[in-house]
Amino acid sequence: MSAIDYHALLPEIILALTVLVTLVVDIVTRKKYLVAVTAMVGMFAAIIPVLTLAFCGSLEFCTSTGADRVLFGGSYVVDSYSLVFKGLFIFAAFIALLLSVGYLESDRYYEGEFYFLLVASALGAVVMASSRDFVSMVVALELVSGPAFLLAGWRKGDPKSNEAAIKFFISGVLALALLLMGVSMVYGLTGTQQFDQLAAQSASISEMPLFVLGVIFILLGFGFKVSAVPFHFWTPDTYEGAPAPVTAWLSVGSKGAGFVGLLSIAYLAFPAVADVWGPVLWLVAFISMTLGNIVAIKQTNVLRLLGYSSIAQAGFMLAPFGAAAASGSDNLEEAFYATVTYLVIYAVMNLGAFAVVIIIASRVGSFELEDWGGLSSWAPGLAMALAVFFMSLAGIPPLAGWFAKFAMFQATIGVGNWWGYSIAIAAAINAVIAFVYYSKVVKVAFMDPVPAGVDVEALERMETPAPIAFALGLTAFGVILLGIFPGLAANLGEYGAQVVAAFGG
Amino acid sequence: MDWFENGWGLSLIVFLPVVGALAVLAIPKAKESLIKWTALAFSLVTLGLVIALAVQFDYSAADTYQFGTAMDTTWISAINANFYIAVDGISLPMVILAAVITVLVIIYSWNHWPEPHNPKLLLAFVLILATGMTGTFVALDLVLFFVFFEVVLLPMYFMIGIWGDRAIRVVPVVHWKIEMRLYASLKFFLFTLFGSAFMLLAFIALYFKSGEFLDERTWSMIELSDLGSAGVFTGTFAFLVFAGLFLGFAVKVPMWPLHTWLPDAHTAAPTIGSVILAAVLLKLGTYGFIRIAIPILPDEAVSWAPFIGILAVIGIIYGSLACLAQTDMKRLIAYSSVGHMGFIMLGVATLTPIGLNAAIIGMVAHGLITGLLFFIAGSMSHRYHTRDMTRIGGTMVLMPRMGVLLGFAAMASLGLPALAGFWGEFMALLASFDPLPLIGATTTFRVLMVFGAIGTVLTAGYMLYMLRNVDFGEPSKEFADKVLPDVDGYEWLAWSPLVIGIIAIGIYPKLVFGATNEAVVSLLAKAFGG
Repeated sequence: MSAIDYHALLPEIILALTVLVTLVVDIVTRKKYLVAVTAMVGMFAAIIPVLTLAFCGSLEFCTSTGADRVLFGGSYVVDSYSLVFKGLFIFAAFIALLLSVGYLESDRYYEGEFYFLLVASALGAVVMASSRDFVSMVVALELVSGPAFLLAGWRKGDPKSNEAAIKFFISGVLALALLLMGVSMVYGLTGTQQFDQLAAQSASISEMPLFVLGVIFILLGFGFKVSAVPFHFWTPDTYEGAPAPVTAWLSVGSKGAGFVGLLSIAYLAFPAVADVWGPVLWLVAFISMTLGNIVAIKQTNVLRLLGYSSIAQAGFMLAPFGAAAASGSDNLEEAFYATVTYLVIYAVMNLGAFAVVIIIASRVGSFELEDWGGLSSWAPGLAMALAVFFMSLAGIPPLAGWFAKFAMFQATIGVGNWWGYSIAIAAAINAVIAFVYYSKVVKVAFMDPVPAGVDVEALERMETPAPIAFALGLTAFGVILLGIFPGLAANLGEYGAQVVAAFGG
Repeated sequence: MDWFENGWGLSLIVFLPVVGALAVLAIPKAKESLIKWTALAFSLVTLGLVIALAVQFDYSAADTYQFGTAMDTTWISAINANFYIAVDGISLPMVILAAVITVLVIIYSWNHWPEPHNPKLLLAFVLILATGMTGTFVALDLVLFFVFFEVVLLPMYFMIGIWGDRAIRVVPVVHWKIEMRLYASLKFFLFTLFGSAFMLLAFIALYFKSGEFLDERTWSMIELSDLGSAGVFTGTFAFLVFAGLFLGFAVKVPMWPLHTWLPDAHTAAPTIGSVILAAVLLKLGTYGFIRIAIPILPDEAVSWAPFIGILAVIGIIYGSLACLAQTDMKRLIAYSSVGHMGFIMLGVATLTPIGLNAAIIGMVAHGLITGLLFFIAGSMSHRYHTRDMTRIGGTMVLMPRMGVLLGFAAMASLGLPALAGFWGEFMALLASFDPLPLIGATTTFRVLMVFGAIGTVLTAGYMLYMLRNVDFGEPSKEFADKVLPDVDGYEWLAWSPLVIGIIAIGIYPKLVFGATNEAVVSLLAKAFGG
C-alpha cells in the first residue's frame, strides 16, 4: 500500500481534531459559547480542504492523483460525489451550530458536551460520504447516530424529550440489526464487503434468494435513517421531543447521511440487482410521500408537521431511483443527479425552515400552530421568512424547492416507462396535497388573528440572537438565489452524478 | 433604441415591477405615501416602456418574435433551459393589458384600502403579480413559462387570504364553517396547482421526446412548434401530453367543470384582486392554449376540438344560468366570467383565424370590461357596505355617475355592437359556423353556435337583471335618506382608460387585430398547413 494521501483525508482529520479541541475548551473555560465558536472554526477549517480537493485540477500546489482519490485499497474514496456531500454536511452542521447557540443559552442546558456531540455526528456524516465498504459505512453510520441519540434526549426535564431519545434509539438499533444481518448474509455469500468487488460479483448470484434478502435488509436498514415508511415511526415523536436545533440536524445531516449510504449501496455496490431493490424503493417512495403528506395535514404542532413533511420529502427523493432501477434502466445518472440536486436544495430550505421556526417559537413560547396566529402583524420579517421556507418546501416557484421537484419529475419521466410515469403522477398529486399543510402554517401567520391574551408589544420588543439570525439570513438568501438560478444546485447534482458514469452504473 | 432590439427592453419590462416590489418592501411601513408613489412610479415606467415597445413593434411582421433575448441565453445549463423571451402579435396585446391593469389597480387603491390596512405588502404583491403575468406572456421557453405561470399564484393567494371577504361560509359536503377568504384562497391555489403539476409533467415529456428528433433536447416553444407542425408527436404520447396541458390551462381559464374555484376566488378577493384575476390571470390559460397546446400538438388539438368546444358552450350556458340565480353582485360578475371565457374557448376550439382572433380580442375586451365591472362593484360595496342585490337599488338616483358607468360596463359585457365585447362573441359564433375542416365536426360546431347564440341572449338577460336590481327603481328604505359620494377622482382616473379602451376597440377593432391577425394566420398555417 502506498503512502496515505493526507490531502484527501484532511476534512476528516480537521473535524476529528475539532471534536477533541471542543472537549478541551469545554474543560478550561466557563464561557461556553467559546466551545461553539471552536466548533464553528473547525467547520470553516474543514470546508477548505473540501474546496481544494474539488478544484484540485486547477490548483498549483495540488498534486493530483487522478480524478478520484482511492484510499485504503478502495474502501475509502474521495470523488466528486463524496465531496458534494461532505460540503453539504459541513454546511448543515455549521447551520445547526448557529441554531444551537441561542437555543442552549436560553434554556440553561449543558452546552460544551452538546457541541462536542454535534461535531462528532457531523464527522460521521462526512466519513459516510466516502465509505465504500460495509465496515467503514456501519462505523460512520453509528458515528452519526450515536451522538444523535444522546442529543435527542438533551432536554432532560421534559418527558417528551426522553421519549424522543428512547424511540429514536430503539428504532435505530432495530434498523442497525437489520442492516448488520443483511451485511453478514451478503458477506457470507460473496466473501467481500467492498463495494467495487461486490458490484463485480453480485451479477452472478443475483438470483440467489438469500442474497436478495440480504440486499433488501441492508436497504431497509437505511430506510430508518432517511425516515422512509415503514421505518418512520420515530420521526414525528423525535422531531417534536428533541431540541429543535437537533431536529434540524437530524432532518438534514443525519437524513442526508442515510441517503448517501443508500445511494452508495444501491448504485455502487448492487447495480446488478437493481431489478430487486428498484421495485422495493419504488414502493417505499410511493407510500412515504403519500402517507407522510396525508398525515401531515392533521398536525397542529409545527415540529410534528415538519416531521411528516420530512417523511414525504424522503419519498420524493427516493422516487427517481426507485423508478429508474425498477425498470432496469441503464441510465441511472439522471436519477442520481435528481436525488443529489434534491438533497442539496432540501438541505438549505429545511435548515432555514427550522431556523425560522426556532426563532418564532422562542418568542411565542410554543410550537403549537394555534399560538402563532397573527405573526405577520408583530413580526412581518419573520412571517415573510416563514412563508419563503414553507412555500419553498411546497415547491412553489420562484423559491428553490420548485427546482428540486422539477429535477425529480424530470428524472422520473425520463425513465420513459410506466414505473416512471406512475410515480411522477403520484408525486404530482402529492405535491398538491403537500401544499395544504405547508400553506396552513403560512395561513396561520398571515391570515389568522393574534390569539387573545397575547402581549403583542412585548413580543415585538424581543430580539433574535445574532447567530440564529445569521443562519436565517444565509438560508433565506440561499433559497431565493437557488430558486432564481437553480443551475447552481443542478451543477452540484451533475458533478455528484459523475460517479455513476465513472462506475459504469 | 438598440437596447430594445437585443431584449434588454423586454427584460426590463418583465423585471422592473419586481424591483419595484423590493423597493416597496424596503420602505418603512409608516411612510405610506412614499410607498404608494414608489409603486406607482415603477408601474408607470413599466407602462411607458410597454408603450415604447408597442410603438416600435413592427406590425407588418407581427408573426415574428421581436425584441427578444438571444435564443441561447443560458439560464439553467444543466437542463438546457434558456432565458428566452420575445413578443409577437399574439402576446403584445396581452403585455399591454397586463401593464395597463397594473397601473390602474395601483391608482384605484390610492384611497380604497381593503382591511387589514397594509399598503406596503399589498402593493408589493401587485408588483410581483405584474412580473409574473408579463413574464408568462413573453416566455418562449417552457421552463421559464412554467416558473412565471406559477409566480402569480402566491401573491394572489395572499391577496385573497389576507384582504379577502371575512364572511363565514359553510363548505359543501363536510359542513365546516370557514371564513370565505381562507376557503377561497386555498381552493384557488389547490385547483391551479393541480392543473399546473400535470402541465409540468407534459412539458417534461415533450422535452424528452424532442431529443429523439433533434440533436439536443429542447424547451423552446419555437423548436417544439416546428416539430409539432412536422407532425412528429403522435399516438398515446401526444394524447397524454395534450391531456396534461389541457388540465393546466383549462383550470386557469377556467373551463366548465373545472371552474368552481373562480366564483369563490373572485367574490372573496379584495376589489383589486378580483380585477387582476379577471382581467389578466384568466388569460394565462387561454394564452397557453394558443401559444403552446395548439402549435406543438396540432393533431391532438384537432381531435380535442369538439370536446373543448362542447365544454366551452356548456360553460357559456351554465355560467349565464348561474348568474341569473345570484343575489351577490360580485358573484354574478364572477359567473359572467365563466360564460365569457366560454366564448373565448369556443373561438379557440374552431382553430380558424377568425376564431383565434375572436379569442384574443375577446381576452382583451373581457379584461377591460370585467375589470371595470369589478372596480364598480367594489366601489359600490364600499359605499353600500353590502353586495346583496336584493338590498341595494336605485343607484341611478343615489349615485348617478356610478349608475351610468355600471350601465355602460354591463352593456359592453353583454356584447352591444360598437363596444369591445361585441367582437369576441360575434366572431366566435361566426367562426363556429365554419370551423377548421380538418376537425370534421362542422355540424357539431354549428349546433354549438346555436347554443352559443342562446348564451348571448342569456348574457343580456342577467346583465339587465343586474341593472334592474342595482341601477333602476327607487332606493330601498335602508339607503333612501343617505347621501352617498358619487365617483371620486381616483376612480375616474382608474376607470376612464378602461372606458376609452372599450369604446376605442369597439369602434376600431383593428387596434387589436392589427397586431394579432398576421400572427394568428401564420400560427395556424404552420400548424395545419393552412
